[in-house]
Amino acid sequence: MNRIELTRIPFIKNALKNRYPQLAVFIVMLIGYIFAILAGLIGTPVGSHNFSIVFVWIAWWAILILVAVPFFGRGWCAVCPIPLPGEWLQRGAVLSPPDKKPKWLNLRVPKMFRNIWLQNISFLLLALFSSVLLTTPNITGIVLAAMLFSAIGLSTVFERRAFCRYLCPVGGFIGLYSQTAPIELRIKDKQVCVTCEGKPCYNGSSVGYGCPWDVFPGGLTKNTYCGLCMECIRTCPHDNIAVNLRPFSADLTKPSTRMDEAFKAFIMLGSAIIYAGVLLGPWGAFKDAAYNVGSSSWFIYAIVFLAIIFVVLPGLFTLGIVDTKNALPLKQRFASLSTALIPLGLMFWVAFSLSFVLTNASYIIAALSDPLGLGWNLFGTANATWQPMLTSMLAPAQALALVGGLIWSARTAQKAAGEVKVSSIPVIVYCFFATCFMLWLLL
Amino acid sequence: MRYRFSLLLLVMAGLVVAFAPLPVPTIAPQERTFEIDAHQFAYSPSDLHVNPGDTINIHLTSTDVVHGLYVDGYDISVEADPGQSATLTFVADKPGSFRFRCNITCGAMHPFMIGKLTVGNNSWLYRSIGLSILAAISFFPLSSFSDRKTKEERIK
Ligand code: SF4
Ligand code: SF4
Ligand code: SF4
Ligand SMILES: [Cu+2]
Repeated sequence: MNRIELTRIPFIKNALKNRYPQLAVFIVMLIGYIFAILAGLIGTPVGSHNFSIVFVWIAWWAILILVAVPFFGRGWCAVCPIPLPGEWLQRGAVLSPPDKKPKWLNLRVPKMFRNIWLQNISFLLLALFSSVLLTTPNITGIVLAAMLFSAIGLSTVFERRAFCRYLCPVGGFIGLYSQTAPIELRIKDKQVCVTCEGKPCYNGSSVGYGCPWDVFPGGLTKNTYCGLCMECIRTCPHDNIAVNLRPFSADLTKPSTRMDEAFKAFIMLGSAIIYAGVLLGPWGAFKDAAYNVGSSSWFIYAIVFLAIIFVVLPGLFTLGIVDTKNALPLKQRFASLSTALIPLGLMFWVAFSLSFVLTNASYIIAALSDPLGLGWNLFGTANATWQPMLTSMLAPAQALALVGGLIWSARTAQKAAGEVKVSSIPVIVYCFFATCFMLWLLL
Repeated sequence: MRYRFSLLLLVMAGLVVAFAPLPVPTIAPQERTFEIDAHQFAYSPSDLHVNPGDTINIHLTSTDVVHGLYVDGYDISVEADPGQSATLTFVADKPGSFRFRCNITCGAMHPFMIGKLTVGNNSWLYRSIGLSILAAISFFPLSSFSDRKTKEERIK
């Protein structure tokens, strides 16, 4: 249905099929990532003058949530440096074709972990400490290093990209929200796959690796777990892989029935609301509680945080959709209808991030010249003063994002409700109240 | 046909909610003084309400380290040394709701040291809620429209 195949354009196709353009970006990203770790550990403790904070939590975050995820889905994962050292080690190669024999343990991830609950937990762990993480270069450096080393460690024990699939705290929500993006990687013709011998896209061949994300491209119906690594474009001998431009949120017409994904939607929605209130609101006591990790007020904050995400939001949602007459189990309706919260949550994050990013973007200019906060002045911009950007545009832009998000989620709710044959009205009402609350917090 | 017409009505109603000028109650401008206490990482009071045209005096007193107060949208600021106070005077001639925030790095949570100034009505908030109501209720009948459409398609 109205898709435009981008890989028909020879330039795009060649740029994706060739390993070198991606490798070039990988190397730049990896250098930046390692520099961010070092800057966090040895640079100034003043967050707003440290490369690790400014480039990770302002620059990278802005690009990720305002551009990469909404328009390119898992596009960030296509160039992310975190899994690379582990992957290179696992393969014993950077570019050359793989050996037949695996070099490491190459175990399969146990079945009970093959879902995104670990990602939900890893995200929540970071979220509970986020006020410290966002403002303390040391902690950011340590967390970035820990992600790099966990990815390396998991690569030596498990096959493929176990870290990305099952543990990465960022990967979970990128995957969830990537379903809304107008980009997808899919096969062109199912029949070709059926008769394809050896399925090199999954098993690997002499020209490339089997899907690092443990996905069979022939069965892809949604973006969630395809990391857009482009390996299958390289390995498919029948030229059966396409990257398509498609309508926004095309994946959401077939709602998921998985509880881990449903709760991911609640986790993201809840965190956006909580951050908007705690970080951007005028209430100093909340900020104190969120920042003073280990204090009794922080424990209360943590409990309230988790209660909002696991009890209040899903509880109210369930109250809205209990309908004793429906034949489908409540669990299935819960999972399917929570699809509506995916575009809603994404737009909540967009609205929240707009404020945070536009206010603090001017730190990027200063940090470019003095990334470690040691008094350097590489490009002569080290003394650029802090200046919020576009403050008069902020309120209308946030209003647009939130009201647009409500319309988008209402449309999604209708489709999901159609699939499970229930009324979409309770879900729309739920989204409406959530939107009003977020509007009140942000505007 | 009916579907198109409702959509048109809806869009028009939306435009009215979004852009129609609100009657501005004429309240004689006053002079208002706020004593604001700044400490890591909050202002108190942190939620100010004034009328458009009012002259605002903010006496900012810092009780710990150096703090600033920068008003978004007005692009003006003041700075207070520890134990000292400083005054910012301006005319609140732009209606709406604005954040004010610390503009002197004062510690870890500095980027989130934020207060709120509302001049007159927070019209973006009310308009957006109006639009949200319109959007939400328009989906109720629209959903039956689309159901009907698919049924018609199925019959064909
Ligand atoms: S899942 Fe995480 S580590 Fe893996 S590519 Fe995506 S962002 Fe990077
Ligand atoms: S290699 Fe190509 S044709 Fe074969 S199964 Fe994979 S995508 Fe299909
Ligand atoms: S190999 Fe293909 S299906 Fe697998 S993650 Fe990479 S791009 Fe996606
Ligand atoms: Cu400050």
